[in-house]
Amino acid sequence: MADLRSNFIGIKSPNPFWLASAPPTDKEYNVVRAFKAGWGGVVWKTLGEDPPVVNVSSRYGAMHLGPDRMIGFNNIELISDRPLDINLQEIKRVKRDWKDRAMIVSLMVPCEEDSWKNILARVEDTEADGIELNFGCPHGMSERGMGAAVGQVPEYVEMVARWCKQYTRMPVIVKLTPNVTDVRKPAQAAKKGGADAVSLINTINSICSVDLDAMAPTPVVDGKGTHGGYCGSAVKPIALNMVAEIARDPATHGMPISAIGGIGTWRDAAEFMSMSAGNVQVCTAAMHYGFRIVEEMVSGLSNWMDEKGYRTIEDFRGLAVPNVTDWQQLNINFKTIAHIDQETCIQCGLCYVACEDTSHQSISAKRVDGKRKYEVIDEECVGCNLCYHACPVPNVITMVPQNTGKPYLNWTQDPRNPMRKKAAE
Amino acid sequence: MSEYAAPDIRAGRLTAAEIAANFNDVKPPLDRKRALVESSRCFYCYDAPCIDACPTSIDIPSFIRSIAVNDPIGAAETILEANIMGGMCSRVCPVEILCEDACVRNHSEDKPVQIGALQRYATDALVNAGKQPFTRAPSSGKKVAVIGGGPAGLSAAHRLSRLGHDVTVYEAREKLGGLNEYGIAAYKTVHDFAQTEVSFILALGGIAVKTGMALGRDVTLEGLRKDYDAVFLAMGLGGVNALGAAGEEMAGIEDAVGYIARLRQAKDRQSLPVGRKVVVIGGGNTAIDIAIQSKRLGAEDVTLVYRRGPDNMSATHHEQEFAQVNGVKIKHWARPLKLHGANGAVREVEFEYTQLDDKGRLMGTGETFSILCDTVFKAIGQTLVADPLNGKAKDVLDMAGGKIAVNDDFATSIKGVFAGGDCVTSGIDLTVQSVADGRDAAISIDAYLRGEA
Repeated sequence: MADLRSNFIGIKSPNPFWLASAPPTDKEYNVVRAFKAGWGGVVWKTLGEDPPVVNVSSRYGAMHLGPDRMIGFNNIELISDRPLDINLQEIKRVKRDWKDRAMIVSLMVPCEEDSWKNILARVEDTEADGIELNFGCPHGMSERGMGAAVGQVPEYVEMVARWCKQYTRMPVIVKLTPNVTDVRKPAQAAKKGGADAVSLINTINSICSVDLDAMAPTPVVDGKGTHGGYCGSAVKPIALNMVAEIARDPATHGMPISAIGGIGTWRDAAEFMSMSAGNVQVCTAAMHYGFRIVEEMVSGLSNWMDEKGYRTIEDFRGLAVPNVTDWQQLNINFKTIAHIDQETCIQCGLCYVACEDTSHQSISAKRVDGKRKYEVIDEECVGCNLCYHACPVPNVITMVPQNTGKPYLNWTQDPRNPMRKKAAE
Repeated sequence: MSEYAAPDIRAGRLTAAEIAANFNDVKPPLDRKRALVESSRCFYCYDAPCIDACPTSIDIPSFIRSIAVNDPIGAAETILEANIMGGMCSRVCPVEILCEDACVRNHSEDKPVQIGALQRYATDALVNAGKQPFTRAPSSGKKVAVIGGGPAGLSAAHRLSRLGHDVTVYEAREKLGGLNEYGIAAYKTVHDFAQTEVSFILALGGIAVKTGMALGRDVTLEGLRKDYDAVFLAMGLGGVNALGAAGEEMAGIEDAVGYIARLRQAKDRQSLPVGRKVVVIGGGNTAIDIAIQSKRLGAEDVTLVYRRGPDNMSATHHEQEFAQVNGVKIKHWARPLKLHGANGAVREVEFEYTQLDDKGRLMGTGETFSILCDTVFKAIGQTLVADPLNGKAKDVLDMAGGKIAVNDDFATSIKGVFAGGDCVTSGIDLTVQSVADGRDAAISIDAYLRGEA
């Protein structure tokens, strides 16, 4: 039986599944329910200075795809709108009652040393396990010079991280915004400032949809809308890339990462961990289905690890990182081509029309005894995978690597590359 | 003979509420949510097999995608462009042997997309919105007479009018619609949908209607040929086959087609007399429909007897199962020998078991059995009433297999006279085929009128 216990920068939890700082972790009631459901830890919804912020009515937008609800989700809610004292009392009480769970407190105060110094002392008093600096919130707070407004300036990230390390013994996690051109820069700054870890991604600037009757972006607040933070399954590929970028950047390589972004299943978690994440944080999936989803995450990860022979998370953590490379390092001599299994093909023709209209005209459409027959023209196929992805039935189309007899050759070595480096003479 | 009690045939076997429930929509429409879920199951196949399986070749993936993107009106326009009776076809088509049988989902999960239900969702949306998606081309100055206001005739009339010709439909009955109005099982087309659809078709304009006008009685083919530039014959099959068994003239022996027509037109179905024990003879949709409707009117025992096996029945397996679910007993491999009765009323049918001989021909085994009954419904096929066609015309209308002979363009042996629907032999014997015939015949007539054919 796999051991799912997690030790992330010294913070222990029975499993690597934390709830991210967000509405689900806004108060004692929710967090206790989450712990009862089995979550390994929570990052308490971001605390700020009193007086608390005020939220608007109508806060969430969503991207639905056919009958699939909320494949993407966005929100315009701000940080905790409850008094600081009450939050701190609740945090202290919950941590006292749930000692084995990770309790991280998310913080966002103005970019002034005293503001951070003051709040850190009060958080320490709760005996929370660590803090997460919210440098990511892309809406509302950023207009006030906080959240993403800090996260987008590496110098500020470094400065605040340094203050925090200076004024508290608690481990410091810096939560990064994806609303930057190069996520490695703020990650490097966090490291320079002494942060113990980064967490990413926060939500992405977004407008989920336009209400064509109101002619306003959703969610519509009295006839108007604003951009919100995008999250949910749809953002996972963006988050995976950003995690990978930081993992393979020599400047930040080995820096602990708490992964966030579209994680809702054990598989999502395993993928992020293979990209070096020490644990994962979940929000949207819980907001969609409730806290109970952690049961299937724990069970699924455990069974997959058993199947693969991984005893602990450390056994597979980061294994995919060395296989993330630059395009120019890919083997240009590798060749794979599609194969369509005629036995299981359902003759929907989607592979054919995709290839014929938009790719390489590598699939033939025939009628044999009145029956449709789609076959790959091996000589024309470039192995692009489009048909494989378009096919609605699993395992009908497979990509079959070909033995070309040619050695590894990357673009920097390829004679067809006019810019290639000449071998040293 | 005196051992027979008097037949028990009476009205009011069920309460009004029971009748209402029994003749309610047999397959209620999808609501928006269900339609969106179901439409998302369509793979949007390229060169989709379902299109091939539809006699009217509706672009099914396209209309389903329109539903999925919340454009049911666009979906309906796609459907109606190919099949102006897409609304009725969505209700009565045996989709299990047509589009849904061809759905590629059958290959991977044995559960096709509910194409028929989605088609109804879309066409209902357009009809309910009161939208008229079609316009007429500039007038050609040509006039066409259409004989018969059923699916083939109305489909042809609509297309001809769209193409700019002035059409007059001659219908022998009181109402247009043909079998949609007088034949289809009541629970398949509730809320007077046949007339709703007729109104929608006529709303295009350019179609004059003369009801109560029968060919051979009120008009002649020769006369119509003089008054019109072309004639389209779509009078369907007006006659019914006889059993050919002794005693067929007794009371209590009815044509299923005639009874169904009365049932469809009845204002109060509770008032329809129905036998306590009913025997239905036949194996097609009419046999199934009369059997189920008898049951739903309150008949206690309904037995459908067919001379061959389940695979030979022209009613689909789905329809056969539906009859059985409704409590109809189906007996295969038997044919009626003799009808027995008392005081001129049928009381019992004597059947002979059948089998195939070495050469695959049907033969009696000599063994017999009998079923007591109050009513016998004959549902063994309809025939073309050819008399009015021949009349005293100089030109002879060629026949083939008891129906009007036509070429691939639906042209008969007489110049300018075309025919389609049940009165010709084309494809399968279904409403949707008649609609296809009417549409395609109209296109041929248009070419003829414009001197292109």
